[in-house]
Amino acid sequence: MAAKKHRIRISKDECKGCRRCIPACPKKLISVGKEINIQGYLAVVAENPFDCIGCGSCFHQCPEPGAITIFEIEE
Amino acid sequence: MSTEKVKFGRSKVFFDPFERRPGPIKTNMHYCPGCGHGILHKLIAEAIEYYGIQENTVFIAPVGCAVFAYYYFNCGSISVPHGRAPAVGTGASRATPEKYVISYQGDGDLAAIGFNEFIQAANRGERMSVFFVNNSNYGMTGGQMAPTTLPNQVTMTSPYGRNVETDGYPVKVCELVNALEAPVYIERVALTGTANIIKARKAVFKAIENLRDRKGFSLVEALSPCPVNLKMTAEQVNEFIDTKMTKYFPLGMLRDRSAETPAGKVPEAPVRDPEDVKQLLFTAKEGSGEGPATVNNSEIFNEERRIRVSGFGGQGILSLGHTLADMARLRHFNVSWMPSYGPEQRGGSASCAVILSRKAIPSPLVDSCDLLIAMTRAALDKFGYQLKDDGILIYDTSAMEKPAVKPGQKVFGLDALAIANRIGNAKCANSAVLGALAAILGKFALTPEDAADYRKVFTEAITESFRKKPQVVEQNIAAFNAGCDEMSSQLV
Ligand SMILES: Cc1ncc(C[n+]2csc(CCOP(=O)(O)OP(=O)(O)O)c2C)c(N)n1
Ligand code: SF4
Repeated sequence: MAAKKHRIRISKDECKGCRRCIPACPKKLISVGKEINIQGYLAVVAENPFDCIGCGSCFHQCPEPGAITIFEIEE
Repeated sequence: MSTEKVKFGRSKVFFDPFERRPGPIKTNMHYCPGCGHGILHKLIAEAIEYYGIQENTVFIAPVGCAVFAYYYFNCGSISVPHGRAPAVGTGASRATPEKYVISYQGDGDLAAIGFNEFIQAANRGERMSVFFVNNSNYGMTGGQMAPTTLPNQVTMTSPYGRNVETDGYPVKVCELVNALEAPVYIERVALTGTANIIKARKAVFKAIENLRDRKGFSLVEALSPCPVNLKMTAEQVNEFIDTKMTKYFPLGMLRDRSAETPAGKVPEAPVRDPEDVKQLLFTAKEGSGEGPATVNNSEIFNEERRIRVSGFGGQGILSLGHTLADMARLRHFNVSWMPSYGPEQRGGSASCAVILSRKAIPSPLVDSCDLLIAMTRAALDKFGYQLKDDGILIYDTSAMEKPAVKPGQKVFGLDALAIANRIGNAKCANSAVLGALAAILGKFALTPEDAADYRKVFTEAITESFRKKPQVVEQNIAAFNAGCDEMSSQLV
């Protein structure tokens, strides 16, 4: 059975830039972005969203309900 | 074609969007960046969703940063005064036993102002789960010292660090609760690294599972990051918790009796049908001969009437006022009755404020009155100034000389105690005063027909007031009639 694929989505405008997710990601996918969002925070980004392994660590670190969403991709 | 399904995402237990939150941002919570409240909210929401109890959950939001939790959780919510969540939770869980009650509290809320409510609820094993956010300070008010602040920790109100000699040691809430018999589950977790958050998630799930199974009292204490008030980055605050806080507040489960505790049955809810409640509180009048639609059209109570009844404890002052209020209720007026008394059961001063009106009563406070009943000299000295310029004063002649009043005021004296003694029960003096009042109303304010009705409704109210002691009803009605007759003879 092929390993499941995942995708991480970071909603830029929902991020408050606390950066709790950055050390949490075992694949080091998350980094500080360059853009200030509508709330005035420097949001984080995931440059390679499909490298996500779907562990959910960043999701549980994030204090916001919907800033991070992890999808499971079904072929 | 590939399809995507959400593996980790916004819980359905959260409103989406947060319509209740004022301002333009409806997607986010109001907490500071990196705050543990959000992390814990998400875990609780996930667990509520997992155990399928959203419909019947009552989330009690504290005073503190989480005061607006009801913006976020789409379930029953109650916002309570500072520290009172477990007390209100007790009420919610007992009055609506089918509900699942969550008490969510900060360390100032739970361990300082509300500690008694909390520890008593834990000791009684109330059916609720308490989530306790220990962030080592008062967050909402700007980072003051909390009961949980560490020794030497600098806060707004401990600028040189918490001095254990003057401020005591941090309060270990879980350990204190663990000394009690009733609680079912107690665990301390930390909202820091992933491993700790996974443990926290397990603990939150356990507490919500116990809630679903109605097993009693569960407590999860979460050591929680407050980066803003601790003036730290996300990483620094995690380290502070992991190295400093956990040294004083060790993580782990202190108790899990979930397995041995049988799932609770839903106890039968107390009667809540409003009609039944009315029946319980106000039993049907007997012998009035009138239907509930009886309305007295006399105009005196078209305007709000404010009454102060005063004397000393044990004279039946409160019950006199209450009978007046009952009288008005029986004639379908709006009424309020507000007692105030000293700490003594007998003696000391007692007074009550009664308002009768055909209109809505905006406030039960009385600071100026149309009628003052003073059964002692001290009571008159205390409340005499409240009598309006055209007000009526009734006083007990055995307690004082006829007091001087302003020109527009009317004053009537009655030896209520002598009447009551003649009837053989000194406690009936208050009913004699009511009789005098009925006579005064009849003479000055009512048509003869209305006056007859008021006499009747007063006796109905006395019957109602003493319905639990039928033997004294008769004596009180006799005192009422005697008071009425005596006052009528003075008035001719
Ligand atoms: C009766 C009363 N006293 C004081 C306050 C002021 N007050 C508001 S929040 C708060 C402290 C809350 O601290 P905590 O429970 O630790 O929660 P946090 O804000 O840290 O989440 C205080 C003292 C109040 N609202 N009501
Ligand atoms: S003050 Fe502290 S506890 Fe309150 S929202 Fe901010 S980080 Fe959270």
